[in-house]
Amino acid sequence: MKVFLYALLAIGAVFNGLGAFALLRFPDVYTRIHGATKCTTFGSIFSIVAVVIYGFVKGGGEGGTLAVHALLALFFLLITNPTGSHALARGAHRAGVRPVGAVVDKLEEKK
Amino acid sequence: MRRWGAWVAGAVFIYAIYLLLTLWTGKVGVWSLGELIGGAVIALLGAIPLTHFVFKREDLRLLQPHRWILFIFYLVGPFFLSMARANIDVAYRVITGKIRPGIVRFQPHLKTDFGRTLLANSITLTPGTLTVDVDDSTGEFYVHWIYVRDPEPRPEDVCGPFPSWARRIAE
Repeated sequence: MKVFLYALLAIGAVFNGLGAFALLRFPDVYTRIHGATKCTTFGSIFSIVAVVIYGFVKGGGEGGTLAVHALLALFFLLITNPTGSHALARGAHRAGVRPVGAVVDKLEEKK
Repeated sequence: MRRWGAWVAGAVFIYAIYLLLTLWTGKVGVWSLGELIGGAVIALLGAIPLTHFVFKREDLRLLQPHRWILFIFYLVGPFFLSMARANIDVAYRVITGKIRPGIVRFQPHLKTDFGRTLLANSITLTPGTLTVDVDDSTGEFYVHWIYVRDPEPRPEDVCGPFPSWARRIAE
């Protein structure tokens, strides 16, 4: 059981680390949003699932509270993360930031 | 009439989440009396803005229970699979730096606001694709794609089974 939880936490940490690494590596705001928000979400899903399983196994009021709160955090993360990154990307494009090295930009052609 | 329906549905939703957050706080069931009353007041007040924004143009078909079951099945099944696959793909691109970015346009033929929201959020949550804009009048999606395989893609090329699922759940 413990090994399984550690494995989940390790996967989460690796993907969160990759997300941070993507911030340094990618050239512009759009590709950085890919790196940061995506890897963070996937990393966070595994971390939160580890917390939920830990809470349920522990049981009782304390563990149950932990599990339910973590599950709610996951639910709201899944709603707010895409909304926020979409707002950032749309705002950046409206402010005139062009994707670096883009092979095609249909949104620019539309205007 | 529809506004009242939206208000009740929103209040029930907020109250359910409030009750989940305050589990194991007291003796009435597992809640304390103060939490039950306070939560009801907050839910009734908090649902007022929902009547203006969330159900502005839609009917209340999202309250049909089979859509919720489909939605949960979609989340743990096809959606999670695509997201896992795309995450590994983007992890590979982070390490090697092989990117070919661009903003592509496609037409998923979704009519309702909720269908479009569901598809846009699914696309943005999947690594490698990011919804930059949605044309409100035509329903065309503008998606930033980290590795453009085809400058004029079909919806299935960009986001796999998501459009058909969005149609099944929301329309």
